[in-house]
Amino acid sequence: MQRITNTDVISLPSDSVNQEVNGTPAGFACPVPLPAGGRVLLGHGSGGKLSAELLREVFLPALGNPVLDRMEDQAVVSLNGMRLAMTTDSFVVKPLFFKGGDIGSLAVHGTINDLAMGAAKPLWMSVAFILEEGLPLDVLRRVVASMHAAADRAGVQIVTGDTKVVEKGSADGMYINTTGVGLVREGISLSASQAQPGDAILVSGMIGDHGIAILAEREGLKFDTEVRSDTAALHELVGTLLEATSEVRCLRDPTRGGLSSALNEIAGSSQAGIELQETAIPVREEVRGACEMLGLDPLYVANEGRLVAIVAADAVEEALRALQSHPLGADARTIGRVTKEHPRMVVMRTVFGTTRIVDMLTGDQLPRIC
Amino acid sequence: MCLAIPGKIAEIQEKEGVRTGRVLFGGIARQACLDFVPEARVNDYVMVHVGFAISVVRKEEAERTYALLESMGVVGEELALRSGETPSS
Amino acid sequence: MKYMDEYRDVKIARGLATEIRRRSTRPWVLMEICGGQTHTLMRYGIDELLGSSVELVHGPGCPVCVTPLEMIDRANALARRPQVTLVSYGDMLRVPGSETDLFHVKAEGGDVRIVYSPTDAVELARKEPERQVVFFAIGFETTAPAHAMAVLQARRLGLRNFHLLVSHVLVPPAIRMLLQSGRNRVQGFIAPGHVCTVMGVTEYEELAREFHVPIVVAGFEPVDLLDAIRLLVCQLEEGRVEVENSYARSVQYAGNRVAQLAVERVFEATDRKWRGVGEIGASGLRLKNEFAAFDAERVFGLANVHAEEPSECISAEVLLGHKKPTDCAAFGTRCSPENPLGAPMVSTEGACAAYHQYRRHLVTL
Repeated sequence: MQRITNTDVISLPSDSVNQEVNGTPAGFACPVPLPAGGRVLLGHGSGGKLSAELLREVFLPALGNPVLDRMEDQAVVSLNGMRLAMTTDSFVVKPLFFKGGDIGSLAVHGTINDLAMGAAKPLWMSVAFILEEGLPLDVLRRVVASMHAAADRAGVQIVTGDTKVVEKGSADGMYINTTGVGLVREGISLSASQAQPGDAILVSGMIGDHGIAILAEREGLKFDTEVRSDTAALHELVGTLLEATSEVRCLRDPTRGGLSSALNEIAGSSQAGIELQETAIPVREEVRGACEMLGLDPLYVANEGRLVAIVAADAVEEALRALQSHPLGADARTIGRVTKEHPRMVVMRTVFGTTRIVDMLTGDQLPRIC
Repeated sequence: MCLAIPGKIAEIQEKEGVRTGRVLFGGIARQACLDFVPEARVNDYVMVHVGFAISVVRKEEAERTYALLESMGVVGEELALRSGETPSS
Repeated sequence: MKYMDEYRDVKIARGLATEIRRRSTRPWVLMEICGGQTHTLMRYGIDELLGSSVELVHGPGCPVCVTPLEMIDRANALARRPQVTLVSYGDMLRVPGSETDLFHVKAEGGDVRIVYSPTDAVELARKEPERQVVFFAIGFETTAPAHAMAVLQARRLGLRNFHLLVSHVLVPPAIRMLLQSGRNRVQGFIAPGHVCTVMGVTEYEELAREFHVPIVVAGFEPVDLLDAIRLLVCQLEEGRVEVENSYARSVQYAGNRVAQLAVERVFEATDRKWRGVGEIGASGLRLKNEFAAFDAERVFGLANVHAEEPSECISAEVLLGHKKPTDCAAFGTRCSPENPLGAPMVSTEGACAAYHQYRRHLVTL
């Protein structure tokens, strides 16, 4: 059987930005661009192929510039010899409160993590609220208190903010938008394009907790042992890792779209292949049960307190030791490696030793009955 | 079709004339309608599809078949080793 | 998880694969009907494990895939009506109709909601009496009892705003049609274990007898499927024709009589069009006249829509096992999960989607 190669697919007239998306050459997915008059779908926000398509078709052509085009989790800009990292994020989670956290702590942790993945020490944040008319002030107070506590714990200051109120029926109670600014650690440059064949892929802990915790709250799933969101600020864990070894190529926090999206993005940016070992992927028993029941794959479920690290093969031991020494990395392990085979594709070696592709999702993962 | 998974009945109740079970799937609990399995008892395993139990898992059948499967696993491994065949990987 | 994890045991799976390769003297053509089984085969790479000892072709076993275009169009039309809440299982939302799909209708403002169980749909109707709730009732025999119960419950609760848009299909007529086709290559069938949990085994005995083809009832875990394949290969090598039940932990000979009675109470057989395949006589279910008030088609006066498939889609050939998804000129290029030309590319159980998602790295050109 032959392997499919890039030259065998239909090639596109290229857009102004030649963006590799989801690990496959742009021509492999449908070459028909988004129809004019098409609409935004929920899937465009899920971190999968549709999201990538929206970037490629709408945002990058209009806004593209050398910094934006790098498409990392954070933007690194230079000022007077210093490297600043900047990130922005919006939080629209429903319900507002869930086991393990709430929209406020999620917003702080999520912003910090995007900076941390660029080896930046998070320093300042802005926060903008979009509030639904009728939201009880008590709810707002709870969220704000939670944000303050999370920021305080992380040594981050919320230095500016904004509030808007929209009519009843919008904003699901509240939406939060943030911007984070941090200082990039000296001598380090992390990027999703730096993965090389031979590198190891590490994950800092069990996957799928956050997504299942949210789903459980929304669908009224009762767990014998509660599944809590893993939402957490990872900058200290990152610091510990970077102290232990300088051979970290890339860090990503696998949020929307799960581990699969993060790895597909890395494979795509680095133009390398990724091979995962199914037996090595750590998933909590309750999360596995929920996924089996709903027909979901944990690889696609969101995480909010985990990181994926690509490290050089000879640095794996120190890296794991460093991660495991920190409470947020206690369950860290190696789950695969970067390879020169099947470039831009993430492939899983199953428990049986056979292989299958771990594709990027199109939109949101839908529970199946079949 | 169809995704049905095995769960253990922890509790049985009547809810508005419908026999309902609290079923455990590896640590999570969900309600399932037991109207199609009137013979099901607490601690039985049932196959649940879209919130309805469609069969009670037959323990003896499962054990009997599994014993045969296990022996096949052992024999298969031996044969593979003997013929120098490595499992497809 | 008990009764699940053990059936994913690596040693047993490899042992079964070794046995299959040992016994098989030629690449027997075997077909599984059920989409859930296709999913398992792809996900665990069972075709890779078995090499050339068998040729696996995938049948029309995905009720999502075989739901006719007209039915999707009807669902879309209903979802657009301002007073209607269209409730569906997740898989159906991305399936393209003639012009659009439920996801797009939702984006345009249609009230479309996903549920895991028909009970949720009944609950919704109860909680929101001002909405006309239409539940998109697709599925094989496995799901029909649950849908029947939903209707009976709605009736008991006196609900007047709960309806089913029924698109149920039955497996044995599809197998029969396949076997009657002059182009059939399938030599052995893997029968769907959860359909048989409800319906029992007798219909498959009739088929085996009439068409002289071995059938094994199988579960959904990799060991279940490997064991069923092993039994089929043994039958074929030995020239036997039988119906064997390798899923006896869930399937009894007579099936689940209580579930069957619920279906018989509420539904009756009808001719149904299978997307990409055409009409198969008595291959579907519809609500009995007694339950007309719960039948969305009758209540909402949905006109008979004529719909055409895009000519490039070869789903018919794929669904009947005559072609592989990778034989299609549009596979992976003009037709992909993001922009599907036909249903087997959309549903995760559809053969085309399964190939694209899991196995396209092995595409032969």
